[in-house]
Amino acid sequence: MASRMRIRAQLKDDYCEVKALMRHPMETGMRKDQSGAAIPANFIEDVQVLHNDAVVVQAYWGAAVSANPFLGVRFKGGAPGDVVKVVWRDNRGDSGSGETTIR
Amino acid sequence: MNKGFMRVIFTVLIGLWSVTLLSDTEGVFDQYREMLGDDNPAIFVIFDGEEIWYAPAGPKSVSLEQCDLGLGPGVVEGAYAQLPRYFPDVDRVQDVEARLEYCMTQLQGLTTEQVRGKPYSLRGDLGTELEALVAWIADQSSGLAIAPGQAHAKERATYALGENLFYYRAGPHDFSCATCHEQTGRRIRLQALPNLTTHPGAAEAYSSWPAYRISQGIVRTMGWRMRDCMRQQRMPELIMGSQASVALQTYLAVNGAGASMAAPGLKR
Repeated sequence: MASRMRIRAQLKDDYCEVKALMRHPMETGMRKDQSGAAIPANFIEDVQVLHNDAVVVQAYWGAAVSANPFLGVRFKGGAPGDVVKVVWRDNRGDSGSGETTIR
Repeated sequence: MNKGFMRVIFTVLIGLWSVTLLSDTEGVFDQYREMLGDDNPAIFVIFDGEEIWYAPAGPKSVSLEQCDLGLGPGVVEGAYAQLPRYFPDVDRVQDVEARLEYCMTQLQGLTTEQVRGKPYSLRGDLGTELEALVAWIADQSSGLAIAPGQAHAKERATYALGENLFYYRAGPHDFSCATCHEQTGRRIRLQALPNLTTHPGAAEAYSSWPAYRISQGIVRTMGWRMRDCMRQQRMPELIMGSQASVALQTYLAVNGAGASMAAPGLKR
């Protein structure tokens, strides 16, 4: 469930637009639950966008990014049918990914 | 310079500033919605809801597939848009939450206490089963006209009760729903307040719930919205699926009838 992702890659003019919606609680570690106990930190630290297995975007995230984060990036050089993949890894070592083809 | 004159200028400036502030905030939020497009994080919750609907649960270990949301057992498509409505098997008007409670207790063998124990997420939760089910059921009515039942006498009585509750002033602040929601073009802090006594206001509000609340990272239901409005008025806690909750939702649904459902929406 944690690895679910909604991803789309579309060719526009001379660039490829990638939109990815990731399912993640993105807990900062600073919040407390109803009983006052701290909710442990759990957030994505590392995100990569790959175009045909080549890294085109590398992002370092932290606790300031919202829950269920939405990533929108553009890169040049994509062609219809190419594979675009988004991979994330969080501070607990969990990871998730989503894959699509450029249209 | 004349003090009175300066004061007038200042007041006008403040007025202009607050008007710009309001429109700017709404504009920024519209931009945000546009950027996300169809990528409402509620999509994940909708998938969950569908899984929960078909999964056997409760002491009887049966799914909700035989649950009748008003269009016959198991018919989910279009059901939400026609709620709240009168159900002959219980002889009362129910909203989606009251109906789910009925199905969970009758079909799955859960107790009322179990269903009502924790219907809505608390801080740090990732969503409840009820929230997921309601998100999926509402999504199955997306684009359809809001058409709550008003043919049966009890349905009309429920609307009248909802209207009374809407205008009922009580609590330590002597508040009613109408205190905030019977005028057009007003706001609280930076949030525009819909006029729920008019068709456009009620339609916009009713059609967009359940909704993904960005600030909470959770899908909230219309029942939660009613309960939280009551909390903000310092009223006693509104129980999910209760007569009062159903009546208030009926009042809003009927006022907004005819508009297209666009839920789950995306909210602040």
